[in-house]
Amino acid sequence: MTTASPSASGAAAPEPRFTPLRGIHEALGATFTDFGGWQMPVRYGSDLAEHRAVREAAGMFDISHMAEFLVTGHGAGAFLDYALAGTLSTLAVGRAKYSLLLADDGGIIDDVIVYCLGPEWYLVIANAGNRDAVAAAFAERVTRAPIAAAFGAEPLEGTMFLGGIVGGDLARVEDVSDACALIAVQGPRAREIIAAAEGLDASALDGLGYYAAAQSTFDGEPLLLARTGYTGEDGYELLVPNARAAQLWEALAVAGEPLGMLPAGLASRDTLRLEAGMPLYGHELSRDVLPAQAGLGRVVAQGEGEFVGREALLAAASDASRPVLVGLVAEGRRAGRAGYAVFDGETQVGEVTSGALSPTLGHPIAMAFVPPALAGEGTVLSIDVRGTKVPATVTALPFYRRKK
Amino acid sequence: MTDLNALHFTPEHEWISIDGDVATIGITDYAAEQLGDVVFVELPDIDSGVTAGQVVGEIESTKSVGELFAPMDGDIVGVNEAVVDDPSLVNSAPFEAGWLIKVRVATGELPAGLLDRAAYVALTGGAQ
Repeated sequence: MTTASPSASGAAAPEPRFTPLRGIHEALGATFTDFGGWQMPVRYGSDLAEHRAVREAAGMFDISHMAEFLVTGHGAGAFLDYALAGTLSTLAVGRAKYSLLLADDGGIIDDVIVYCLGPEWYLVIANAGNRDAVAAAFAERVTRAPIAAAFGAEPLEGTMFLGGIVGGDLARVEDVSDACALIAVQGPRAREIIAAAEGLDASALDGLGYYAAAQSTFDGEPLLLARTGYTGEDGYELLVPNARAAQLWEALAVAGEPLGMLPAGLASRDTLRLEAGMPLYGHELSRDVLPAQAGLGRVVAQGEGEFVGREALLAAASDASRPVLVGLVAEGRRAGRAGYAVFDGETQVGEVTSGALSPTLGHPIAMAFVPPALAGEGTVLSIDVRGTKVPATVTALPFYRRKK
Repeated sequence: MTDLNALHFTPEHEWISIDGDVATIGITDYAAEQLGDVVFVELPDIDSGVTAGQVVGEIESTKSVGELFAPMDGDIVGVNEAVVDDPSLVNSAPFEAGWLIKVRVATGELPAGLLDRAAYVALTGGAQ
């Protein structure tokens, strides 16, 4: 596996980037779109069919554009506690946690998933478009992290603490994005498909809970099997070295085809995550949004431990004037979309961050920031859909919840 | 099957089939593919007068919104209610069951600047 420094991707010339699965996508007839500087499949055929496949059977997504960082060494957990807004050092080996990277002013630099793969050994998966920002923040915070935290991390009970041998080192952050491919298999039949994939050691599936991850192998190479996703369905994300990505995709496609799995692009990924009420960076989350505004207060550590952005969040805690994220549902078929104005009577009170005609529910859904006084469930607002005010009712998120 | 070489095309990705002084108008296969699955179509009222370049309808997919332009001056003499009921016809048969409007052409002649199939395909950067 080779690695590249974060600066390698920060060059001024924005050459479109492709994942190792480009050839497969082209052979499948994918339409491509730019996403965070990457040319990614937006759909292969019908995005509605791809959406439905994920809800009813399974869909397979190439998400190799996402960024991966390894955080290792003595104090890695303590470093993440400082660098991110949640408490990661207490994460048990094999567990995953959703977290946020905040700026000093509390604004959101990125949302990430952190996997604890071993004692003081973490994988952080970040958004493709934020790779450089995350890399820069991590690099800066390694040196900024309170030195006491780097020394003071207690070994987790029952672990061998291999990472502590050279004691006193700072955590090491390595951007391994360019070495890794990530394939998501999502949907009610995802588990069966992974179990049936030729060459994949599926024993890691046993006892693998939601938001957990386990080491496995594919064709003799290491594979990380994580039970996480971004669709509102049960599902898995599989991390492999680039050189194995195409072979893994094909093995999963062969296993999934008889079970109704379709390759799925970013169009369906977006409508799936929207139905599931999951935020998308650049839409619901940004440098101008505090976690609590986006309904992510629960992600933020509530203890005394120091982390970047904490003081700003404490100072803002008493400020009840900031707009908050709500779900909106409307009747008919005309969807409010990102950027459309939200009205209370004749007064503009906010803006849609994401919106679509929900393929599963059959009516328009949207997320929008509105003043807290208008955020109560049942509040009737309206969305200006290209000159026509369409009534929209505030509703609890998510719009769609899978049956257990 | 529709003979695509008998159709006229606009740079706005619409096709026109002329029969007497009535033009049938839809969006092209390329436009339908770029939009993705069409989920909502809004069409003008019959008997309304339109002018060239006027937005007379909307074609919405899950991901985006396309506007339908009147390619010429005239009167709307037909709208495809089947497409309003089942917008997926725009994707499955853009040149046939997915037609959108019929316009009685005011001048009796098609406007200048229309493309033939080969020129339109070249415009969209594709090969047949």
